[in-house]
Amino acid sequence: MLKSHPYLPNASSALEEMLRDIGIKDVEELFQDLPKFTFKMKEVPREPMDEIAVKTEIMGMLSKNTVYLNRCFMGGGPWFHFIPSVIKHIVSRGEFLTAYTPYQAEMSQGVLQSLFEFQSMICELYDMEVANASMYDLPSSIGEAALLCSRVTGRKKFIIPGSLPRERKGIINNYTHPQGLVVKEVPYSVGDGCIDQEHLKEMMNRDIAGVYIESPSFFGTVDDSMKGIVDLAHDFGALVVAGFDPLSLGVFKPPGELGADIAVGDGQPLGIPPGLGGNTLGIMACRDDIRIIRQMPGRIVGLTQTKEGNKRGFVLALSTREQHIRREKATSNICTNEALLALAAAVYLTLMGRDGIAKVARAILDNTKYVTDKLKSAGLMAPFFSGISFRDFTVSMRDVGGVAKKLLKRGLVGGRDLSKDFPDLGGVWLFAVTEIHTRDEINTLVSALHEIAGGI
Amino acid sequence: MFRQAFFDEPLIFEMSRDGRVGVLLKEGRASAKKGGLKERDSSLERILRGRLNLPEVSQIEVVRHFTRLSQMNWGIDLGPYPLGSCTMKYNPRLNEDLAWLDEVQQVHPNQGLKNIQGALELFYRLDRMLSSITGMHKFTLQPAAGAQGELTGCLIMRKYHEKRGDSRDEIIIPDSAHGTNPASAAMAGFRVVEVRTGEDGCIDLELLKGVVTSSTAGLMMTNPNTLGLFERGACEIAEIVHDVGGLMYYDGANLQGIIGRARPSDLGFDIVHLNLHKTFSTPHGGGGPGSGPVGVKEYLKDFLPVPTVVNKGGGYQLDWGKPESIGKIRGGYGSFPILVRAYAYLLSMGAEGLRLACNIAVLNTNYFAKKVSVIKGFTIPFGGAFRKHEVVVSAEKMTKETGVTALDVAKALLDRGLHSPTIYFPLIVKEALMFEFTETETKENIDKYVDTLKEISDKAYAEPASVKSAPQHASVSRLDEVRANHPKTMRLSYRMFLKGQE
Repeated sequence: MLKSHPYLPNASSALEEMLRDIGIKDVEELFQDLPKFTFKMKEVPREPMDEIAVKTEIMGMLSKNTVYLNRCFMGGGPWFHFIPSVIKHIVSRGEFLTAYTPYQAEMSQGVLQSLFEFQSMICELYDMEVANASMYDLPSSIGEAALLCSRVTGRKKFIIPGSLPRERKGIINNYTHPQGLVVKEVPYSVGDGCIDQEHLKEMMNRDIAGVYIESPSFFGTVDDSMKGIVDLAHDFGALVVAGFDPLSLGVFKPPGELGADIAVGDGQPLGIPPGLGGNTLGIMACRDDIRIIRQMPGRIVGLTQTKEGNKRGFVLALSTREQHIRREKATSNICTNEALLALAAAVYLTLMGRDGIAKVARAILDNTKYVTDKLKSAGLMAPFFSGISFRDFTVSMRDVGGVAKKLLKRGLVGGRDLSKDFPDLGGVWLFAVTEIHTRDEINTLVSALHEIAGGI
Repeated sequence: MFRQAFFDEPLIFEMSRDGRVGVLLKEGRASAKKGGLKERDSSLERILRGRLNLPEVSQIEVVRHFTRLSQMNWGIDLGPYPLGSCTMKYNPRLNEDLAWLDEVQQVHPNQGLKNIQGALELFYRLDRMLSSITGMHKFTLQPAAGAQGELTGCLIMRKYHEKRGDSRDEIIIPDSAHGTNPASAAMAGFRVVEVRTGEDGCIDLELLKGVVTSSTAGLMMTNPNTLGLFERGACEIAEIVHDVGGLMYYDGANLQGIIGRARPSDLGFDIVHLNLHKTFSTPHGGGGPGSGPVGVKEYLKDFLPVPTVVNKGGGYQLDWGKPESIGKIRGGYGSFPILVRAYAYLLSMGAEGLRLACNIAVLNTNYFAKKVSVIKGFTIPFGGAFRKHEVVVSAEKMTKETGVTALDVAKALLDRGLHSPTIYFPLIVKEALMFEFTETETKENIDKYVDTLKEISDKAYAEPASVKSAPQHASVSRLDEVRANHPKTMRLSYRMFLKGQE
């Protein structure tokens, strides 16, 4: 039997004394009410492995993963963006890393203030007044936003663009269907991949709780007539949920300016590495409307002062919306969120600042234009959808299957097969370029695609 | 004497000075073209934004700002953090190093299965390990947190009954349950039926028999429960629920109390969620990210979210071909960096270590319970049975006799450099203080809590006002919650704060 372990300080010296103080002879006595079961946890190593062995084993296993970084041009997210070195050092500080939800505000001002600053910078980026301290990811945030719209309007229908990938639609459905919401898809226009506004007009009525718009669309296209959709939805008393990429907001009009009521987003581009798609952070914000604020899911930090009124301080606000108080009547079941990643995003936004975010967004826009122009001159149809593309872009290569596999052979990652999500889009592939890609790297992609397409 | 750091730290916005930058980034890294966006693309003009109000701060100021904020924050690294049901154990640094490898952080989910074999192998092996710990057949590692695991489990229950053409709309939940249970059940479209806790602190079997019906989709249960008591009737409860065709759901928040000694499957559970950020040592990160894998018995395996990782001899694959699946619950496959940490923890502990960890966690709790039960003003409600991983102490007597509440005790602990336990939960205990030290805490620190609670009790009976004015040595004294929540004075962002100044 194991006698000591670095994570179990009382296993050795203190054990006997503690047993004596409790008034028992053997630890087994503490478990007398538990039925006796005998089983082996046979998939777990029988004995503890030491630090050297754990490191060797896991590093060996993980060496079977390939790291592509700047050679990755995969569209649809997550993305490889520039990550300033400072971020890792801040989020690795034990005071942040090993804390939990700041229930004891007086002893947790660091987490509270940094989350308040995160919320505040999200509000600036999205032009909203209130943001929460994070959701799990974008798809679940859309689902939660749909439920919020339904609670505020008392209506049960929600409209999403047909251009969302299947995964996102499925998750939204898992959040909304059980509550009796009906989610309808408005088709995208074959020309520019954006919402077909004529079609939306026909779909609108006074049963619609909310309309979800996304920018850039999953195809990377940016709609320059979204204001029209917002006004249309409002004419019917529906709320508008805007899912905008946070970096795109370095150049484009934010949801608030377009008149959206709720904003959501995927926070991964804000200084967070892709992590196999498991390092995500859902952004959620709304305008200053108490009907909406009271229905927001998730933790929200508020600025207040000490009772004596002599110092500023921060607390968790409006907790009566939450599950630990309202139980089945709560606005959501969310408890643990993505706080540490929200901190990473806050440090990122602080480091980049006003100019940095604009620069990154412009660099992405430049690179997207550069790569699509290059592909065009190489005789490829890019982008497949007309109009402006931001980061993600489509390439049509009819009669060429397995583009991603062919690229991998050349040491490049890219080419999401859109026909898997959209049967009508056979032969259309999704790519992305970010601010990290140099012209040389982009040129390598272009020549590889040119080759794959048969040198047309 | 303890004194937490305090910096009169401005908001990052207030530190902004025009023209300062935190990081160097050359304009248009890739583009040779200069000039405004409008000139290049006239269609952009309609959608270009105006000035973006983000702070402009130099790099050292960013580092100092967040470092100073960190110093105004308590974490396990500074001392005990005995929040009940949160299992705030030591977060091993080895696991951090592994989670930060490029092979973990810098991989794309769609870079080809061949190029993520290491990740898939880790998913597969972790699934096998969690299955053998819980007795479940198969796990999904997808859910982002415990509550999302609960939602996943409830959706599985829903789909299971639907598939059998059985419309069941009720889920039974004990009144001692975590708030996420009823909230998750409601999100999955169920009506919540609450069942009262009996005098022994466990589910009252007679009451339970009275509420199960042919509408019962299932029962959600935490075992050991939130009082830290093992639900002795577990097997009989499972029988009662199964007899009417319902499913048994295990909330793994408190697995620490029985890990290695009983598998949820042995206790009759069909669906289990685990909290990797609790039992399996991954850091809580100030509120997240967590990870809430869900495991099921074999007959429910087809309902799990897609994809699951399978080992098809010679290589790991993602299995999407499950027509009965509830589908996806979040983007991606799971919180990969968190899964790596949990896997490293399991290797570092081994089966023997997990069993010993359970023993020590329970030893620590009962040692503390024994010592605290003799302190004036504190009682341990619901009988004298040994607790498992946590214990709920009531300050009701103290409140009645001195006016000092559980909240006051919590704040007085902060003043003495000790983080407070969970307070006012579970709801069935008045003036509740819910302690969970976990197995990674030293006897010396538990003794310090006992001594300090004794001192606070003495103070409460001698000069209660001095306890009620705590904390004085934390970064800030008690904060104005009313102000924070009142529509006229609430400030939920810097923007709202500025508007309020006008």
